[in-house]
Amino acid sequence: MDVKDIIKPENLVYSKSKVLTDTIMHYCPGCSHGVVHKLLAEVIEEMGIQDKTIGVSPVGCAVFAYKYINIDWQQAAHGRAPALATATKRLYPDKYVVAYQGDGDLASIGTAEIMHACNRGENIVVIFINNAIYGMTGGQMAPTTLLGMKTATTPYGRRADLNGYPLKITELIAQLEGTCYVTRQSVQNPGSVRKTKKAIRKALENSAQKKGTSFVEIVSACNSNWKMTPVQANKWMEENMFPFYPLGDIKDR
Amino acid sequence: MAFKGAIVVDIERCKGCSVCVVNCPTQTIALAKKVNSKGYPYSYMENPDNCTGCGNCATVCPDSVITVYRVKI
Ligand SMILES: Cc1ncc(C[n+]2csc(CCOP(=O)(O)OP(=O)(O)O)c2C)c(N)n1
Ligand code: SF4
Ligand code: SF4
Ligand code: SF4
Ligand SMILES: [Mg+2]
Repeated sequence: MDVKDIIKPENLVYSKSKVLTDTIMHYCPGCSHGVVHKLLAEVIEEMGIQDKTIGVSPVGCAVFAYKYINIDWQQAAHGRAPALATATKRLYPDKYVVAYQGDGDLASIGTAEIMHACNRGENIVVIFINNAIYGMTGGQMAPTTLLGMKTATTPYGRRADLNGYPLKITELIAQLEGTCYVTRQSVQNPGSVRKTKKAIRKALENSAQKKGTSFVEIVSACNSNWKMTPVQANKWMEENMFPFYPLGDIKDR
Repeated sequence: MAFKGAIVVDIERCKGCSVCVVNCPTQTIALAKKVNSKGYPYSYMENPDNCTGCGNCATVCPDSVITVYRVKI
């Protein structure tokens, strides 16, 4: 069968989500942020909630998320997305409110905001991109950086005696009464992408049911600052990140 | 049931990351020797006869570059 007989509208099985804009994303080739943006857009499209969803973008590489996903957005000061999301959800209780944050944003400067928003059980969704590094600013150590991992500020590798231990903030968040759903996922292959999409959908559905805060960590790759190709970075992530940050649901109620 | 598929790559959006290439179960895709206007080698169907339209390449693409078509045969 000829390719031109296959490429016909009636045979279409996958195309770019209509909730994504046509703006080309500024992310490095192969960056996990792009996959997660796509999944969020697809879930919003499938749930038919494009005009009911408000995103809060972080400081970090995802600061421009508002240019790529065609919903209403706010842009928070560094680490403050959960506070802005709290206010937004309380003012517009019928909207779906999604805070999108990196690990520097959420687990470092914004630790207080995320802990208290989750402990209050705000009916928001938090998407947490853990790439174990400060991506946007040039690859400095984050709280989530693995022991031994080389970064711009740990050039000989992270040392526990000097730099402390990597922070499993997701496990801490699962302890808080206000969270209803806490999960850790990834997006490096088709199977993991499909699981993450389900997790994002469940998180949005939970917020409509007023069950509390849903927290979706996505273990991610920052190939540029890890100084690897995108394919090498995904492999490195599987081999080094997953043993310390195991995938799966941590809490679901 | 057997399927035959084909993909369409939005060449100007492709960043040549190769994530689709390594996730294609049928070795359909390769990066072109040519580059787009940004200088990225773009993905294309090197072995179009292999494609089953499974959609794995489109699922993993961070830049939503790939459109997938599939027919039953
Ligand atoms: C108050 C304040 N402090 C520091 C910075 C500098 N800064 C910008 S992004 C960033 C860290 C981003 O890392 P992360 O949240 O992990 O996001 P990524 O880029 O890795 O996705 C820092 C420290 C800032 N913009 N504002
Ligand atoms: S610096 Fe890292 S997190 Fe930022 S766009 Fe590049 S790969 Fe992605
Ligand atoms: S995954 Fe997407 S951006 Fe990367 S090479 Fe394939 S088509 Fe291009
Ligand atoms: S649709 Fe499936 S078989 Fe076809 S190119 Fe994409 S991954 Fe390969
Ligand atoms: Mg980061």
